[in-house]
Amino acid sequence: MTTTPARDVVDIENLSVTFATDAGDVAAVQDVSLAVTAGEVLAIVGESGSGKTVTARSILGLLPETALTRGAIMLTSKDGGSTSDVVTLSRRDLGQVRGRDAAMVFQEPSTALNPVFPVGWQIAEGLRAHGGLSKKEARAKAVDVLRRVGIPDPEVRVDHYPHQFSGGQKQRIVIAQALALDPGVIIADEPTTALDVTVQAEILDLLRRCRDEFGAAIVLITHNMGVVADLADRVAVMYQGRIVEQADVRTLFSAPQDEYTRQLLGSVPRLGEGRARTAERAAARPAGWAAATPVVEARDLRIVYPGRLRQPDFVAVKGVSFSIRPGEVLGLVGESGSGKTTIGRAIAGLTKVTGGSLQVHGVEMNGVKERRFRPVRERIGFVFQDPASSFNPLLTIADAVAEPLVVHGRAKNPHEARGRVDELLEAVQLPKSFGDRFPHELSGGQRQRASLARAIALDPELLIADEPTSALDVSVQKRVLELFDELQRELGFACLFISHDLAVVDLLADRIAVLYKGELVEEGTGEQVLGAPQHPYTQRLLASLPVPDPDAQALRRTEWNRLRS
Amino acid sequence: MATAASTVETAADVPAAGRRPRGWRGLPVVRQLRQSVGLQRGMLVAGLVLTGIFLLTAIFAPLLAPYEYNQLRDPSGPFGAQQEPSSAHWLGTTVGGYDVFSRVIWGTRTALLVIVAAVLMSIVIGVLLGLVAGYFGGWLDRVLVVVADAIYAFPSLLLAIVVGIVLNGGESSLRGGIMAAAISITVVFVPQYLRVVRAETVRIKAEAYVESARVIGASHWRIMSRHVFRNATRTLPLILTLNASEAILTLAGLGFLGFGIEPTAAAEWGYDLQKSLSDVTSGIWWTSLFPGLAIVLVVLGLTLVGESLNDLADPRLRTRRRGPATPADVAETSVMPGAYAADTLYVDQKGSEL
Repeated sequence: MTTTPARDVVDIENLSVTFATDAGDVAAVQDVSLAVTAGEVLAIVGESGSGKTVTARSILGLLPETALTRGAIMLTSKDGGSTSDVVTLSRRDLGQVRGRDAAMVFQEPSTALNPVFPVGWQIAEGLRAHGGLSKKEARAKAVDVLRRVGIPDPEVRVDHYPHQFSGGQKQRIVIAQALALDPGVIIADEPTTALDVTVQAEILDLLRRCRDEFGAAIVLITHNMGVVADLADRVAVMYQGRIVEQADVRTLFSAPQDEYTRQLLGSVPRLGEGRARTAERAAARPAGWAAATPVVEARDLRIVYPGRLRQPDFVAVKGVSFSIRPGEVLGLVGESGSGKTTIGRAIAGLTKVTGGSLQVHGVEMNGVKERRFRPVRERIGFVFQDPASSFNPLLTIADAVAEPLVVHGRAKNPHEARGRVDELLEAVQLPKSFGDRFPHELSGGQRQRASLARAIALDPELLIADEPTSALDVSVQKRVLELFDELQRELGFACLFISHDLAVVDLLADRIAVLYKGELVEEGTGEQVLGAPQHPYTQRLLASLPVPDPDAQALRRTEWNRLRS
Repeated sequence: MATAASTVETAADVPAAGRRPRGWRGLPVVRQLRQSVGLQRGMLVAGLVLTGIFLLTAIFAPLLAPYEYNQLRDPSGPFGAQQEPSSAHWLGTTVGGYDVFSRVIWGTRTALLVIVAAVLMSIVIGVLLGLVAGYFGGWLDRVLVVVADAIYAFPSLLLAIVVGIVLNGGESSLRGGIMAAAISITVVFVPQYLRVVRAETVRIKAEAYVESARVIGASHWRIMSRHVFRNATRTLPLILTLNASEAILTLAGLGFLGFGIEPTAAAEWGYDLQKSLSDVTSGIWWTSLFPGLAIVLVVLGLTLVGESLNDLADPRLRTRRRGPATPADVAETSVMPGAYAADTLYVDQKGSEL
């Protein structure tokens, strides 16, 4: 970093992007002006569809053929030697600019790497495409850059294939690929969304080093305000294709100017918000409550997925014990692969229990027959994670919500159930007319509310919610969580709330159970688990969670570094 | 209810896509026709016109054809064999003394009957087997897939011949002939439907809405009929049109080889072609040209419809209408005040949509 720090590496002026679609042209980005100074981290935040990814991708000219770009994107090389307008560049010149002046880090590391080539080859490919390096030199450089992104034994690992690395390591390799040509700016499109919280903290640390050690500016696209607070120097908030606010990170979090930014920050769940509520709920319980028969009781529950040919069986859940009492909300937290979804599916009878005991409404699930379990199904509701696929695309919302009523004989056909369906839609605050719509005509949040309506249609005593808000934007998530809480209080069902997000679980759950690699490592109230975590994994999990406050996050980062060393 | 939250909600919860047109505009082929542009539209329209003519001819054959398909004489006497095209016989007569024009027109009926019978039978059987195989899996699935693969490996015409012989020996009435052709075509096509439906069923089985139905406690039959069936068969119209054209070729092939329908039972293009083989060398062109042309046009029409529907169903292959603005004039507008450029662009595209 020998040049003056005030130089802009990217200067976007009046950028507008429209896409040709079946429904006519759609404007994705309108009149956006942005500048990225050398060596800074600019975060672009906004909900899905706000145009943040399109804006960032246009810097590299990576838009599909249906896109029409207007405006100017001036990209300056790192040494300040050349400046070019990406919008007008020819295909060949674009190839030159990509990688050298700007590079990209994608959201999903497992699909960003080609599975049939060694990672070193893939890094070297980019180096050789820009010429001047022999095979040997390129390899040496690949080893070097792998070492710098923190891959152990880079001399050996350089010849390994992508599947031999973990998700976090793969993201490191993708970052190494981006860093290989020492670009002036790295565009990171949701670089940590697909990763677990503990891995996310490490990748964020690496990105911070990209800025400090490599001197690269970073354009960080994210919807996670905690990540923004952790990494960004400056923030641009996008809403419906326009930038509504641009400020440095402290100003934005402490004194947001725009109404939308304020709402966005207000919807982010924060740790500790649910404690008062939990205490209040606990106090309101009747005397004999603790002795009541649990709705769900697991004793040494084991769930094993049989391995394929010549592969060992996979033990998803290893001897877990817990219980859910009537009217209680149990939050189940853990990273991907920890077995939390498997437990939820086992309770709903979607996955076979292979060992131990799991009692659901008094029925033993270990070796249960569908005929025995069928009457119990009536008393269980399930909300799925992905609102996009949890509705039959050919049925109207009313038909889908009526389905449980028809199956259990409470109504002869969907038409007859319409009265009850309207009530249910009203309960989840959807207009009655939405019943006549098809799933694709609803937004994600609306669909998830309809999904809730379907789950409570039979007035179940137990509701299983498998990451119900993880596919939603924060502002929508807040609405759904509030609604969920309201319904739970009104209807009083017991609930297993599965999530990877500690803050969300804390908001709703009476008790929190932490799963780690198929084992239950800690269980207790929010105050116990989040206030004074006992197990090292819980401590690490908690310290890795970025909080939406730059100053508090800086403190937590020191704590995280202490735990790591 | 916090009011702030609900305002965010209304802003964020805008429906993702425009509503799909309902009513007649939402009908399968009509929707694709409205959606298509350029060359794809040209192909689809050409295919639809050819197919339309084929269908109308088949329906109104008794009105259009001057003679019966097996008519050899009129009040003024026999037609005579191998007559050149004239005012009495527009396309001449065949070696057997039939009127070529009438036979070509009546032939559309036979072709249509075979298509309908073959496609109906293979769809019903194929979809049912595919659903069961994909949904339940296990040994039944494996057996069905192996059998389907074995049938695949068979040359389809040979199989059709075998089935034809088994079904009606030497007999060749209208019904027998049509059923022989239809069933032999069915046997060849069932594996195709089975595979497509099975693959879709396996995919759909893992979708959250099927799991959701299982959680609710819906029976297997209800899940299959209400949730899987219609979703798994959405791509069938595409295979259907392509198979229809294959059915015609198989029918003509059978007829040409002599396993088809006798001229006294129905008009069949393959048979006429075979009988005209010797005519070609003696310079009699009309007996072979017109049945051949009929086969080519009908197959072409059906294939065009099938291929363009196929392309239109795939968002990556579908070409879209776009505004008058092209990327070429970006360089020029980038010097203009941005807000103005953006606004005119927006207006332009709105205008072009109307």
